[in-house]
Amino acid sequence: MPFNRKDLLGIRDLEAHEIEHILDLAKSFKEINTRSIKKVPTLRGKTVVHLFYEPSTRTRTSFDIAAKRLSADTYSITASASSLVKGETFLDTLKNLEAMKPDVFIIRHSASGAPARMAQRTSAAVINAGDGMHEHPSQALLDMLTMREHKGRLEGLTVLIVGDIAHSRVARSNLWGLKKMGASVVLCGPTTLIPPQIERMGARVCRRPEEAIPDADVIMVLRLQKERQQQMLLPSLREYSMVFGINARRLEKAREDVVIMHPGPINRGVEISPEVADGPHSLILDQVTNGVAVRMALLYLLAQRAEDRGQRPE
Amino acid sequence: MNILFRQGRVLDPARGVDQVADVLIVDGCLQAIQPALELGCERPGELRQVDARGKWIVPGLVDMHVHLREPGEEYKETIASGTRAAVAGGYTAVACMPNTKPVNDNAAVTRFILERAREQGSCRVYPVGAISTGSAGESLAEFGELREAGVVAVSDDGRPVMNSLLMRRALEYAKIFDLLVISHAEDLHLSRGGLMNEGPISTAQGLQGIPNTAEEVMVARDLLLAEWTGSRLHIAHVSTAGSVRLIRDAKGRGVAVTAETAPHYFCLNDEALATFDPLYKVNPPLRRPADVEAIRQGLQDGTIDAVATDHAPHSSVEKDIEFEYAANGIIGLESALPLILDLVREGLLSASEAIAKVSCNPARILGIPAGVLVTGRPADLTVIDPEAAYTLDSQAFQSKSRNCPFHGRRVQGRVEMTLVQGRVVFGHRA
Ligand SMILES: [Zn+2]
Repeated sequence: MPFNRKDLLGIRDLEAHEIEHILDLAKSFKEINTRSIKKVPTLRGKTVVHLFYEPSTRTRTSFDIAAKRLSADTYSITASASSLVKGETFLDTLKNLEAMKPDVFIIRHSASGAPARMAQRTSAAVINAGDGMHEHPSQALLDMLTMREHKGRLEGLTVLIVGDIAHSRVARSNLWGLKKMGASVVLCGPTTLIPPQIERMGARVCRRPEEAIPDADVIMVLRLQKERQQQMLLPSLREYSMVFGINARRLEKAREDVVIMHPGPINRGVEISPEVADGPHSLILDQVTNGVAVRMALLYLLAQRAEDRGQRPE
Repeated sequence: MNILFRQGRVLDPARGVDQVADVLIVDGCLQAIQPALELGCERPGELRQVDARGKWIVPGLVDMHVHLREPGEEYKETIASGTRAAVAGGYTAVACMPNTKPVNDNAAVTRFILERAREQGSCRVYPVGAISTGSAGESLAEFGELREAGVVAVSDDGRPVMNSLLMRRALEYAKIFDLLVISHAEDLHLSRGGLMNEGPISTAQGLQGIPNTAEEVMVARDLLLAEWTGSRLHIAHVSTAGSVRLIRDAKGRGVAVTAETAPHYFCLNDEALATFDPLYKVNPPLRRPADVEAIRQGLQDGTIDAVATDHAPHSSVEKDIEFEYAANGIIGLESALPLILDLVREGLLSASEAIAKVSCNPARILGIPAGVLVTGRPADLTVIDPEAAYTLDSQAFQSKSRNCPFHGRRVQGRVEMTLVQGRVVFGHRA
């Protein structure tokens, strides 16, 4: 069995062959998304609950489209992430929903580790749709699918991730995944936004984007939250943009076949210039397209009960 | 009831005693400690004889740092339940921190605690008063009135005194009443938003880190202020290698400083946070293995004088939630002793040194009449079976709370009996 897990909580937990399997499956689902009738009955009768403790239109929509294209029934619950609302903890909420026998929970939470804690308390599958600064596994998988499509491989690629690494679950999930797949990862951002000893996760850290741009096959640009200024992490967005912003001038030294990615939503003119975001090297919209395919693959793998796993989509 | 313990290993580090002896308790007082006691004509009536062969008889243990939560958070712990937990853990005296609701910053609260302890407590309770009014860090609490009412030390524990001038004044003013100032060393700017130790684990887990320096800059500051003012200072819950080094150096210069750590700082490290289990969430946070090693060194060379539990009860409402929102704190009264005895088995401390860290040392630091076996004085003592092996079960604890990360751990060394004033307040039931 190439993939036999109850939950998907993080890329850190996965083996390379499991990642490979998910990406292959996503590739086969991609074809469905180009049909005029984009729906297959694979998950008919399955119930998928989106449990979002943090607002996210994009990720939720992407998961929702993925579930509906597989004919699952979907329900969406937006909960508040304060510790106790109406005296109910997040585990109480989970137990309540659990009683309605869903097959999959898709959980987004602002607190790192919350989906992992919830997964221990439910027999349904849990997909982590992003938790705090911890992991965002479906994002990393769609990023890897996009890179593989455009580069033909992951092994041997050099991926430069630029920006607020410290607060980024996308950076962490990509780092775990890319290392497992044999790529090298270079991280670059203000030293105040590079978390301590990230090298132990297998990354190389450089101070200025110029140092790494010439060797990069992929440049992944992260969103910079405006709050970082108030937290004394940055003097100003203007200076950030001057030193770390990815713009056409900075890309002059880049390889001709470099591709630019961004998990979105982008701050045009802060971490990325409009001409780069919309330019010929940008894969930002491909990432969105691949998001649906990857999430279909994840739902397909996790919604199946153990006994009927293994059948291919029709 | 009078009791005679036969042939126990009497360990009384304050007097340098480590010998097999009989211990006789009459009318609540320690009557005699002798290698082989002859009960002649002075044999007291109604005498219970206890075979103590293979057991240790030690002064009643002293925990200089607990949170009893009463008044204000009785759903977490009360003076009654907290002291029941204390005696079950071998403690006969505890010093309770002032961060109750209301804060113990005035005589009325101190008197309430002492009265409750007298009425409902199982062991002796020594309140610690606040350094600042409401522990808000703005103005000095009335140390004179607090001392009169019965506090043995002052601390804003739970939070630091961020204002260096206020800390200086507290150290100076406390001298009038010979009050010990206990520092919860944490720079709130450096620790802000922090959820666990800052390092490779916080990086991988995506949890905001609390750097060692958040503790160390305040330890350094308070050591300098204590040196400058010539006042006594005690550093609570030391957790980092840097703090141990700073305290060691200060002691070397003759600064009047003492220090405590807690069992979780010499037993656990931040790798435990890999599961996001809030049971391991505590402040200061569990640190790196190298810090744990330094804490153990500090205990061995005497830099760290005492082991306190920082018993911090929380209910499941505060603990069984998202890691980020969960409260800091670990209960320790009923799990500390076997963990301390591990240090003896590992050769880090002698049996006497280990017992000293939880009896005469904290008693001396607080200036309380405890932690030593003196004939003619009330018999506060603890009988320990150092060999008994068992599994810690927090469900069976006397504490109202269950936030013990050592639940399920195989340990060795059990409290057989705890006596306060000659009265058996706890006895292990086989
Ligand atoms: Zn404290």
